[in-house]
Amino acid sequence: MMEARIAKRFAAGPESAAFDLEVHLCVEPGITVLFGPSGSGKTLTLECIAGFATPEKGRILVDDRIVFDAEARVDLPPRERPCGYVFQSNSLFPHKTLRANLEFAVAGLPRIEGARRVGEMLERFQLSEMAGRRPHELSGGQRQRGSIARALLREPRALLLDEPAQGLDAPLREEFYAVLREIRGSLQLPILLVTHALDECFELAGHMVVIHNGRLIQKGTPLSVYRQPSSSEVAALLGDYCLASAEIAFLDPQNKSSVLRLFGAEIPGPYFAGHFKGDRVRLCLQPSDLRLSLRGGERALPGHIPLTLARVVERPRTVRLHFAEGLAGDMSAAEFAALPQSKLWQAEIAPNALRALS
Amino acid sequence: MEINWFPLWLSLRVALLATAFSLAVGVWIAYLLANRQFRGKELVDAAVTLPLVLPPTVLGYYLLVLLSRESMLGRLFESLTGGPLVFTWKAAVLAAMVHSTPLLVKLVRAALETVDRTYEKAARNLGASEWRVFWRVSLPLARRPVFAAAVLAFARSLGDFGITIMLAGNIPNRTQTVSVAIYDAVEAGNETTALVLVLAISAIALASVYVANRWNEGKALR
Repeated sequence: MMEARIAKRFAAGPESAAFDLEVHLCVEPGITVLFGPSGSGKTLTLECIAGFATPEKGRILVDDRIVFDAEARVDLPPRERPCGYVFQSNSLFPHKTLRANLEFAVAGLPRIEGARRVGEMLERFQLSEMAGRRPHELSGGQRQRGSIARALLREPRALLLDEPAQGLDAPLREEFYAVLREIRGSLQLPILLVTHALDECFELAGHMVVIHNGRLIQKGTPLSVYRQPSSSEVAALLGDYCLASAEIAFLDPQNKSSVLRLFGAEIPGPYFAGHFKGDRVRLCLQPSDLRLSLRGGERALPGHIPLTLARVVERPRTVRLHFAEGLAGDMSAAEFAALPQSKLWQAEIAPNALRALS
Repeated sequence: MEINWFPLWLSLRVALLATAFSLAVGVWIAYLLANRQFRGKELVDAAVTLPLVLPPTVLGYYLLVLLSRESMLGRLFESLTGGPLVFTWKAAVLAAMVHSTPLLVKLVRAALETVDRTYEKAARNLGASEWRVFWRVSLPLARRPVFAAAVLAFARSLGDFGITIMLAGNIPNRTQTVSVAIYDAVEAGNETTALVLVLAISAIALASVYVANRWNEGKALR
């Protein structure tokens, strides 16, 4: 269990805007992803926990041990904090062999005990054969496994990973996820993983925290966050979302339904609690929510919204159609090829896919 | 005509010792300036830079007053070593050291600041003390530019004139270093001696700069 309540402020400089970090997060054993765009304060949060940066206010507990408390003036130096850190860039010491890098982490132990643990760790991460090599003679994946092995040698009570898979290509990334899953399974460690890659959240995380402009704006399982972004910022971060503004034309509390006016068409929608007829709501739509078809003339079929095709992006098995209205939809490539070419389209959207953002 | 090589040997010995002492003092100051925030940091920085801009005779005068046989430090040195400092070859070492340390501090500081902080952070995260971080990570990573700095400091210690002549004097076969000997030779009209010593010292300086550049360029730090 790791808990961090951090406030840190940066005044505006000549070349930088003011930045304000204020987060409170709890990390249970397992992998929690800290998800956010560049400059949102992800790395700064990790640095505060590891002791490389000092918050102005707050309290940080690692494994129920206070490593920082602004009020009680507790501020342990990084070397006394029981958390392993894997850096974004490769941080294996370039002038030492892999084995020497690992030995650096067990310097406090008797020589034989240290050597035994280093040997075990090399074995566990399949690095025994390259133990004598320098980091520049290792592959990207081996280097990153080496960094994790080195961090685990100190037997940390929490693990902080700063975009560890960045710069690895797809197969190496898979391999690396497997390593992380193995660690998650074998050690009951709270692991905080910083990333801005969505697939990493789904691959690894049981829990996801979204950070934006130094604030935590949503928490939950990756799927629940993805299905129901709490704000347009989160939706924008998750990518793949289109926002559209609609007017509530009719509300029926009895049948828990509504009618929405969108791009001049009226479509059935869910009930919007707390809204009135005539209110405008911001809808958050994913390409997979749209059921696309060609429309015969100017008008769309009842219950469909009319769309004008702007651009087609071909993908391996699907095509993504981008419409002038700002929406996008997916369709199988074969299906698309069978249809005659036309700019006039329409889409049906299941009422439960119409989610309103606050 | 017989050329007296003593000044050249003395200079080389003095410069070597001065470089060793410079490294011991300079690397430590450079480390403080590069890594620590402390009160009076600007002052230390200025004090280290001063010898680069003050006339050497002025520095020599200060040191002479500070270390003369009547001064406190001078007497302390005498009681510790049994002999005076000023007007001996030891004073020449000190002079060369004062002459070269500022350059060394500047270069070593720059070298230490090129080390990627990530490695130092990683070392701290792995439980290393600041001492260990420095000796096992920062310094080894900066070893090429630090070595280059030492070579340049050596070349510079070889060339001091002003401080040496004030502090160690010009005693032939005792404290006469090569730059002083060249001046002496020109004064006395010994053109050949002057020329030979000038060429010798130029060759050493050129070689030093060449070696320093080679080390500084080197491949990426490994």
